[in-house]
Order: sequence, then C-alpha cells, then structure tokens
Amino acid sequence: MGNPNKVKAESGFMRWVDDRFPATQMWQDHLSKYYAPRNFNFWYFFGSLAMLVLVNQILTGIWLTMSYNPSAEGAFASVEYIMRDVEWGWLIRYLHSTGATAFFVVIYLHMFRGLLYGSYKAPRELVWIFGMAIYLALMAEAFMGYLLPWGQMSYWGAQVIISLFSAIPVIGPDLTQWIRGDFLISGITLNRFFALHVVALPIVILALVVLHIIALHEVGSNNPDGIDIKAKKDETGKPLDGIPFHPYYTVKDIFGVAVFLFVFMAVVFYFPEGGGYFLEAPNFQPANPMVTPDHIAPVWYFTPFYAILRAITFNLFGLDAKFLGVVFMGGAIAVLFVLPWLDRSPVRSMRYKGWMSKSMLVIFAISFVILGILGALPATPLRTAVAQLCTALYFAFFLLMPFYTRMEKTKPVPERVTG
Amino acid sequence: MADNGVNKGRRRLLLGATTVVGAVGAVGVAVPFVASWQPSARARAAGAPVTADVSKLETGQRMTVEWRGRPVWIVRRTDDMIERTENFDPDRLADPDSNEPQQPQYVTGPLRSIRPDISVLIGICTHLGCSPLYRPEPDDVDMAAWPGGYFCPCHGSYFDLAGRVFRNVPAPTNLEVPPYRFESDDVIVVGEDEESA
Amino acid sequence: MKKQLFALLFALLPFSAFGAAAEDVPYSMTPDLNDQASLQRGMQLYTNYCMGCHSLEHQRFARAAEDFGMPQDLVEEHLIFSSDLAYNDQMHIAMNRDDAANWFGAAAPDLTLQTRVRSADWVYSYLLTFYRDPSRPNGVNNEVFDMVAMPNVLEPLQGVQEKVCAETDRPGEGAELDPLTGKYQSCDVLQVTRPGSMEPDEFEEAVYDLTNFLAYVGEPSKLQAQVLGPKVLLFIFIFGVLAYLLKREYWRDIH
Repeated sequence: MGNPNKVKAESGFMRWVDDRFPATQMWQDHLSKYYAPRNFNFWYFFGSLAMLVLVNQILTGIWLTMSYNPSAEGAFASVEYIMRDVEWGWLIRYLHSTGATAFFVVIYLHMFRGLLYGSYKAPRELVWIFGMAIYLALMAEAFMGYLLPWGQMSYWGAQVIISLFSAIPVIGPDLTQWIRGDFLISGITLNRFFALHVVALPIVILALVVLHIIALHEVGSNNPDGIDIKAKKDETGKPLDGIPFHPYYTVKDIFGVAVFLFVFMAVVFYFPEGGGYFLEAPNFQPANPMVTPDHIAPVWYFTPFYAILRAITFNLFGLDAKFLGVVFMGGAIAVLFVLPWLDRSPVRSMRYKGWMSKSMLVIFAISFVILGILGALPATPLRTAVAQLCTALYFAFFLLMPFYTRMEKTKPVPERVTG
Repeated sequence: MADNGVNKGRRRLLLGATTVVGAVGAVGVAVPFVASWQPSARARAAGAPVTADVSKLETGQRMTVEWRGRPVWIVRRTDDMIERTENFDPDRLADPDSNEPQQPQYVTGPLRSIRPDISVLIGICTHLGCSPLYRPEPDDVDMAAWPGGYFCPCHGSYFDLAGRVFRNVPAPTNLEVPPYRFESDDVIVVGEDEESA
Repeated sequence: MKKQLFALLFALLPFSAFGAAAEDVPYSMTPDLNDQASLQRGMQLYTNYCMGCHSLEHQRFARAAEDFGMPQDLVEEHLIFSSDLAYNDQMHIAMNRDDAANWFGAAAPDLTLQTRVRSADWVYSYLLTFYRDPSRPNGVNNEVFDMVAMPNVLEPLQGVQEKVCAETDRPGEGAELDPLTGKYQSCDVLQVTRPGSMEPDEFEEAVYDLTNFLAYVGEPSKLQAQVLGPKVLLFIFIFGVLAYLLKREYWRDIH
C-alpha cells in the first residue's frame, strides 16, 4: 500500500519499521533533510524553547494532578500538601508555576520575532494563524490553571475575568452564570476549570502545535532576511542557503536550551514568586468570597490586555464603556489573527522595510510593555490616560499598517542570505 | 559542507561528552518525578507506629490493631498453645526455622515472637493478601494433629500459631511479623524496632 | 552581540521596572533559615505564646524538628502541649474554629503562610509595635495593623510600650527635623514605660527568632532549594559549555 517513492532504510530493523511506518521518511522530512536557512539568529531559539516548556508543563502538570484535590474544600490545602508533604512536590510545583511564566516569555519573544522578520507573510499565513490559536488556547489554559490553587487571587481574578462576559448585551448575565455553573464562583466552577485545564485544553494545544509545525515544514522556515531560500538551489535540489536542521540546528538549539534552563532553574530555586508577579501574595490566602483583596491584578502575562480593558472609560457609539472595554481587549488579540493581510509591504524582514514600519514596530513594542506595567498597577487618572494613549498606539500599529507599509520606500532585498 | 578541515576525533569526543552529560541530566530530571511517588509525609504520619495495650487481653484470645492499613494480630498464647507450636512436626512446615526474611532479626525461634506468650503477626496471607481466620484449637480444623493456627479461606493456606506456613499450600512464606517492641509489660508499640527504643 | 544583549534586556524589562508593592513597615529583618538555634527559639516562642489561638495547619512538628536538628523526645516534651497531637501531626490548635469565632468575634487566622501573604518585615514590625491605647477594647493598638483585635501576648516579655514625645532617627508623620542633631522630634515614638522580663534588645532578638521561624514555616522547601540550587546550576553550566563547543564544532562546516 505504501508509497513506493518513500525513503526506506536498506535493511534490518529500520527497514521492517519503514515498511509499516514512515519513520525514516519522517526523520528526513522534519530533521535530517529539512533545510533551514543558515542565518537564524538569537530570535530563532524561542520556537524550540516553547516546545521544551510545553513538555515541562505537561510532565509536571501530570504529576501535580496526582496529589491535587480539585474541590473548594480541599484545593488550597492540597497545594500546600504538594509543597510540603509530597517528596519533591515543591520542585514539581515551582517548575509548573514558573513554567507558565516562561511559556509566555518565550511565546512573546517568538511572536515578536514573527513581527520583526515578517514570518506571518505569504506563504506562512497559516503558520501564523495556528500560532495565534496556540497563543489563545494558552491564555485560556493559563487563566483556568490560575484558579486551581484556590487562593484569593485565583478566586477574584477569575471573578473579574468571568464577569467580562456579562458585558455582552442581552445574553451576558446568563452566559456568566452558565460559565460558573453557579451563582458565584464555587467548587463547581473549579471542577470544570480543572477538567478543561488538565484534559481538554492540553489536547487542543498539542494538536495545534502539530498543525503549526506541519504548516511550517510545508512552506519552510523564514529567516532574518525574509528571503525565500528555495529560490536558489544547487544541482541536487538543496537550497544553497539552507542547512539540514539536524545536526546543525539541533546542536544549536541544545545550547539555547542550556542557557534557557540556567535562567529558568535559577528562578525556580531562588525567585519562584517572581517578586509577587508569578505567584501573587494574596494567593497564599485561601479563597474567600466575602473579602476582596486590596488590589487585584492579573498575572503579568495578561496585564497588557487588562490595561486595555481598563483604559476604555468612555461610552462610544451608544455602547457603554464596560462592553467597549471587552470589545477592545478582544480586538487587541483578534487583530493579530489578520496581521498577514494588513502588511502590504513587498518585503518581509524589518531589515529592508522603511523607517515608518521600523518606528511603528518600536512604538508598538514600547506601548505593549507600558500597557503591561500599567495593567499590574492600581489605576489612577494619569495612568488611565497613558493607557489610553498606548491602546491607541497599539491599534494604530495594526490598523495603519496597510497604509504605511505600502507608502514607505523599502530597501532592495539581497538575493542570498546575509550574515 | 564537505569534510575538509573537519576534526572527526574532536567532533566525536564532544558529541560523546554532551550525550553523556545530557543523559546524566535526564536521569537527574527523572529523580524528583520517581521519588515523588514515595509515601508522602501525610502517608508516613498515618503509617506511624501504633501502640496496643494488652493488659486486658486474656490468654488464648486475639486482638487486632491497624498499622499502615493492615490488620496486626496480637495473641496471648496459652502454655498449651506454646507447647503445641514448639513440638509441631517441622516436616509439615515449609519454613519451620524462619529462614525467609519475614520477621525482624530480633524475632527468633519456632514461636517467632519476642516473648513466648505474646504473638504479633500481620494478618495478611502471603499468598494473595486475604486475611486468614483464627483457628486456635486442635478441633477447629478438620486435619490430623492440627496444632492450632490460621486458615485462609480464599485459597486454603494453613499457618500455625507462630504464623509458619504449612507445606503444600498456595502461600509461599510464613506470615509477616511486623517490627514491634514492648514499651512496658502491657504496652506494645507496633511499627518500631526494639533497638530504637 | 550588542543587539542580542539589548533584546535580552528588553525581555527582562517588565520584571525589573517595577518592584512588588510591599506594604510600608517601620522595621525589616532578613530571615536566616540556616540559624537552627534561632529557629528553635522561635518555635518555642510560637508554641508558648501563639499556638493557643493560631494554628500552623500545614506545618508538621516532625518536619520542623528534622530541619532544626531537634530530637523527637525533646520536641514531644517541650513543644507539644496537647495530648491530641503527635510528633508527626501538623501544628493544629485545640480550639474549635467555630468556638473561637463565638468567643472572640473572629477565629484567629492560621499563620502558616503569613510571611508570604504579608512579608517577614510586616510580621516583625507588627510584633514590635504594639502600644498602649486605652481607647481599644484590649487596651492596645498597633502601628502596622491599626485597630488590631489581638492583645499583645508578648507583653510579659516586652513590657508595656507607649507612644511618647522624644527624639528619633526615623522620619514619620508629624515628625520635625532638628537641623542640629539630624534627629526628628516626634510624639509618636514607641518606648517601653513599664519593663517586661526582657530588655528591649533581648526582646527584639526574640521577635527576630519568632519571625524567622514563621518565615521558615511559610516555605520549608527553601532549605532544600538552597542545597540543590547551586548543584543544578553548576551542572547546567557545564552542559552548556559542552553544548556550545559542540555547536561550534559542527558549525565549522558552514562558515
């Protein structure tokens, strides 16, 4: 039945396998004969690092479920049980909680790389969209995971986020009640979030990662010059600027893994609370539906969007501020999905784009960081004004993109990769 | 990309070194995950030694205490029971001298106990984990010269009053004797060795 | 290379740009989890003065004993007062929470994670800054926890502290700077007016020990992390060097 053109081992055990399963073919397609551009730089470490963190999250997560108790009565105590009574439980739990932060650090840098070198542009639109879907699923995963320790911040953070849905006209209040399964966030909510966090969303994320990589390997990796390396091939059909992923990028990525692990483990051992930004102080108190903590802030990786939500303090077009805030927050993420069609530049990489694109990217990145800082701080009138400005700049980056990418003068793209 | 200038030896050395160190790291990563399946502090607290007061235990009677979720039998043996056990035909027993390590080292002799009159046994059949029945008297079991002991109803294993297993029954070894010590004449601590007292 | 450093800096910026909004408290202390003597004294103070009302629901006597190098029989003799509690048990209180709520209006909170909720500095300052205030039901108030419901249980040790007008090194609300001495004149200075069984220095040390103990209780695994951390990081470093050399060796093919 097998495709006669499939690459197969000459003989021996691998031949036996290859007659039944395309092991050698897959090895070649995705590693030893997957030609990647030879000019990957620092920014290209984060894809493989994201895979590493994903594995870490799944492994430590499975182990945590072995001792965690998903009930309103037992959840908080079971986390302390893991931290104290279970052998090595503290390390497994900190690997998981720090892993969540690491995941977003890595993913944000990975996404920024995409913006920098135009990795979302044709023919990689689907790679980008699958990636964005991973990001979205990851945010849901992180949000639901944060409820599980059942501390004060878990509880009130979930309260605020679930209440966002109540801003939706007509169905809002019923929808929030349906999500909670109760009149308040309770053990019922905790149980369904637990099921989604440990079973449903991991399956979705894993499937999306597979799609992301299949799509990537179909079209090939982009590079800092944004050049199509398949355009220039030698007589055997190998791209002149390509090198086999294995061994060249496997050994390079292993080095990247070592550097990453050094920083990551230092945080796990010495700063697992991340100064109150990875594990927030109020979360060391069990959830109490009667008392709200003085200051509620989401975990740092959500703060930019939280700041956008809070920045909308005015009614517009007959819509109230609460609903608009949700629309803007949702829009801030949704606009990323259509990014491949907003960029009309003839070149991919920022290296050859004009000054307008470059300035807009810098402004966007700074706005995003400022929004992230503001989202973690209590709101004041001045901060709200700054957040409004940054929100405007955030959206300007995307919505003006069709114009400035077309208007500006680009530099000529070299035929072969540089550096 | 040809082989010119490639130092094969150095490359192989570095590859080997990285692989070995990486493999050590992988084993190191496995350690916390494997070790976390050990009994937790809660389980160990629940499995802490238990004390049993035998002052009210009459001769020939048995009491049961729970230690680590298993029944521990404490029997105050009569002189007659001791004699029957000591004089029982060793050829009918699989391990009459307790050569298998089914008891702490300080528990020796045919009676398998610290004191002849007090027997402490884990009441779990060594075959498949049923709890045998107490049959202390010669006519309790329909068998020639039954010395008194325990009969497991699940698969028909016989043990004498010292927990020694008979020949030709499914159970492979004698009943287990847990670590225990006498805190006083009447108080037994099950789960703690004699020397740690 | 410069660009890469910049990128890394950029990535880290959000974490360092703004510190945790810790509550502003007058005193600070640095826990020392390797000072076993201090931790033992702290645990003794805790069981004697605090554990009547405040449980440590997640802290086992046995774990503390192991970590502080205390033998089991000494712990059982000197630190476990309730006959309901065994060496392996967590440090529960005898009082039923509902009873406590009836008697005192609110059950005394569990303190296992108090230093992580509030910070060790806060606990340290709190214990040091009770002062006499006849307007309060218990006759005392507290600098960092206004209108506190808890009486100053350490008063027999500390003595009675009162707010007096005096010179102080610490600027505070309504404090006036004396330009000659560089000190402040304030009427909010806490001073012991009726001595307790300890000298002020002694008492401060005792409170340090108690806070140190609570800091330990908040995260006992810190001791394990301290031991394991350097070894793991050194191992990763060695692995990283090898990986770098390997990468450089393979990449000779390309340049």
